[in-house]
Amino acid sequence: MNAIPKWLWIALGLAVLIVAPIGQGNYFTLILCSWLMFTIAAMGLNLTLGYAGQISLAQASFMAVGAYITALLTLNGIHWIVAMPAAVVACFFIGLLVGFPALRVKGHFLAFVTLAFNTLVVLVLRNEDWLTGGSYGKFNMPRPDFWIFNTARKSDVLGIALSSNQKIYYLCLITFVVFAALMYGLIRSPWGRAFKGLRENPIRAESLGLDTRRITLLAFAIGSAGGGLAGSLMSPVVQFIEPNSFALVHSLRILLMVVVGGAGYFFGPMLGAAVVILLPEFLRFTQGYYLILYSVAVIILMVYSPSGLMGIGDRILSKLRPQRVVRGDMKEGAQL
Amino acid sequence: MEQFLQVLLSGLATGSIYALAAIGFTLVWQAAQTVNFAQGEFVMLPAFFVLIAMNSGLPLPLALIVALAVSVFVLGFLFKKAIVEPMQKHGNGGGLSLIIATMALAIFLKESVKEFYGAEAQPYPPLISGGTWNIGGAIVSVTDIAHLAISLGVVVGLTLFLNRTRTGRAMQATAQNPAVAEILGVDTNRMVLYTFLINAALASLASFLITPVYLAKFSNGEYLGLIAFIAAIVGGFNQIRGALAGGLLIGVLDNITATYITAEYRAAIPLVLLIGIILFRPQGLLGTSEGRTV
Repeated sequence: MNAIPKWLWIALGLAVLIVAPIGQGNYFTLILCSWLMFTIAAMGLNLTLGYAGQISLAQASFMAVGAYITALLTLNGIHWIVAMPAAVVACFFIGLLVGFPALRVKGHFLAFVTLAFNTLVVLVLRNEDWLTGGSYGKFNMPRPDFWIFNTARKSDVLGIALSSNQKIYYLCLITFVVFAALMYGLIRSPWGRAFKGLRENPIRAESLGLDTRRITLLAFAIGSAGGGLAGSLMSPVVQFIEPNSFALVHSLRILLMVVVGGAGYFFGPMLGAAVVILLPEFLRFTQGYYLILYSVAVIILMVYSPSGLMGIGDRILSKLRPQRVVRGDMKEGAQL
Repeated sequence: MEQFLQVLLSGLATGSIYALAAIGFTLVWQAAQTVNFAQGEFVMLPAFFVLIAMNSGLPLPLALIVALAVSVFVLGFLFKKAIVEPMQKHGNGGGLSLIIATMALAIFLKESVKEFYGAEAQPYPPLISGGTWNIGGAIVSVTDIAHLAISLGVVVGLTLFLNRTRTGRAMQATAQNPAVAEILGVDTNRMVLYTFLINAALASLASFLITPVYLAKFSNGEYLGLIAFIAAIVGGFNQIRGALAGGLLIGVLDNITATYITAEYRAAIPLVLLIGIILFRPQGLLGTSEGRTV
């Protein structure tokens, strides 16, 4: 395992993702798009929850804000490339606001505040028809046109015939790769260490001169911006958004992705989103039972490996790897 | 004025049922540091046990008893033994993983009912059906009064049990300080189990009372669970009377908003109240900031 460097694995993964939709139908391509979108949202939440240790049950509401802002702007003729940053920045500042309760309360209480926020956002979306279209939502958002790469239409790119859905998949993929690279850089930066410090021991972090107040707010704001980015992709990909697509259940789903994959692992959300989005497709033959099987699997996973699937992988790897063995006589000495 | 009295009373009646669920939630939180995200489903499920029992030919009173027994076993005993206990044994009880596990449990219960019983709302027999009384011009339904009386009776009984009996006091000791309670000879594990059983019984009672209003549907738990959390937090997470006050307050506020202010945003009022309370008075309206009691 160790002989193959990490970057080679990543390059291999990317190559698979690039060829994945070629020759596939619309259904499979859109499932992959949905996986990429939710991975972005889950990576945002992973920063808030996995790295900074602040629980948030409002990620779907940030997707909603991102999706609606993008939809409203693009429906009024503004290009997606302008609408997307606007949505992300808006989510950043709303996330900052939602972060304020985190300065006062922790753990379960924070979960409830964010849960209430999510439900409030859905209520506003449903009731303010003049802006959001009420429960009918917004539809027919245009797909962006990037000059030679018009995602709204079918055409040949570099000699390969690509459908509109396949091209929008590549838009998702590019966004995902850029976002993942930014996240990777962020986590390895001093800020990333500050987030981990906040999670592990806030008092110690503060005594080492860290402004925990600012870091908590930033963790929320950046995580929420991730949600907004996912939302602003959802708008042109699905081309139909309505309040129920962002209900509390979806926040819980994103939370599941983070925890099932492994909170605090960089690749955790990708794995988690794959399990949450793709597994139901594989379990489709079980018909209505798949959610039942799925919830049982989650309970078992939580009982035996709270650090998620990445945690299981880690444990297996650490068993296979050669380890330092403590000398028997030293152990004896410690007991004496 | 008459209308206000009507609105107030029906709000109190619904609120008292919310309070039952909220009290169970508080008890489990206190005794085992378990935030049960499946509490709403715990209120949804017992009504289906009643329906199953009645479908197999039992009369209503007998069906209620059977459903209560099954609920206490499944939602109390099995919940603790099969989910909470193994997680605490692995040293991660009370944390995020337990929250996720109870969320998954909620999905499991909801989907099982949908799959094995049906997705349609089922008619459910009312526990008490009566006419209306005319009190000073206000039309008051007997059912509402009965609901209020039953719920308050149960809460008073539970309070007496916790404060006056040996077992009740041992349960309080376990909630306040498990280590010391154990040193003093309290079987803490058993006391925590009792708390889970009581929670299941309270949830079943709430189920029997509220289902005739909402009809028995697999998705009932989503709303009820949220209301139970809000009631528990608003009232004060560490007190029975807090959860009671929270439940009543939410019930009344909900009704008053719907009648006098806005029907569209009626669901928003409890949420705004929740955020306000958590931010400005995290211990709740009646809660105390330190120490815990059952």
